[in-house]
Amino acid sequence: MTAASLYALCGLALFGVGFYAVVVHVHRLRKVLAVNVMGSGVFLVLVALAYRTPNAPPDPVPHAMVLTGIVVAVSATAVALSLVRRIHGEPGGVNPSENVKETPR
Amino acid sequence: MSSVTGRVVRRCFALMVLMLVGGIGWTILSLPTEWNGLSDHVAARLDESGARNPVTAVLLSFRGYDTLLEIGVLLLAALAVRSVAADRNQTDTSIVEPPGLVLMGLLRLVAPLIVLVAGYLLWVGGHAPGGAFQAGAVLASLVVLVLLCDPRLLPRIPNWLERLLLSLGLFVFIGVGLSVMAFHGALLQYPPGQAKWLILVVEAACTLSIAAVLAALFAGGRIASLDGLESRTQKEEGP
Repeated sequence: MTAASLYALCGLALFGVGFYAVVVHVHRLRKVLAVNVMGSGVFLVLVALAYRTPNAPPDPVPHAMVLTGIVVAVSATAVALSLVRRIHGEPGGVNPSENVKETPR
Repeated sequence: MSSVTGRVVRRCFALMVLMLVGGIGWTILSLPTEWNGLSDHVAARLDESGARNPVTAVLLSFRGYDTLLEIGVLLLAALAVRSVAADRNQTDTSIVEPPGLVLMGLLRLVAPLIVLVAGYLLWVGGHAPGGAFQAGAVLASLVVLVLLCDPRLLPRIPNWLERLLLSLGLFVFIGVGLSVMAFHGALLQYPPGQAKWLILVVEAACTLSIAAVLAALFAGGRIASLDGLESRTQKEEGP
């Protein structure tokens, strides 16, 4: 196993953890965090697989895609957070934050 | 849903995720260990791109439309946050304590350095790691820092200027992309000799817009938060 595939497997593990959490958790903030963990995992996989030949420069195309992806992920997170905040403040809205105990340990 | 069925469903889902991760992991391990990907193609045509850093060349020249759409996504996100968070997220600045001597001193020391670093990152992006996104993020950190210290320190900019800042990057990018069509007939296909300064113009405009968008995302849609505060107090005073 090379260093690149080790990093890629770490990214894959992050993706798996995030994917499980985004479906299982009820709390909206945790869902947003889980999507971010998933995204970080995907970025790590892309960057790691672009740098497989040790003594050559990394493939710039996946790096540019990850750079684009990070910016899009940041803006999507901001939109999600403002939506969560808006729903939380709405009267009559369901706030799963009060039922945190239902989420698994 | 009873807790027992919930647990069974969660276990089944965890198993499915594990199978998915195992499958992708096996694929990753079975990939060839040495692979250059598209680096050779990029290196072969780097001279035409107008940038010596391969990542910048890919971002703004070879796959320029990606970056163009990305600026569009940023603007869209800022607009979405602006409309969703409409004057609900404003902090009440009357209860904010003025920053202490140490914090103000640090801010005075760091603020010009941040601007300098942002400018350096923008310029260095042509031939080394750096570029519009990094510079924009650094510049946005200055606004975030000021917002955290004391929102009243931010200059009150008129609404049209804020909108212009948010959309400047996209407009300049589209304008440059369309105007080079007049010479070569393809969107974002820079004329060979002019690519470097065209990319620099696009990157400079994008830096300002990215900084403005990121700061607006942090501040809940509006950078000039005092304007929002004013409109809110007026609304609350009304019937």
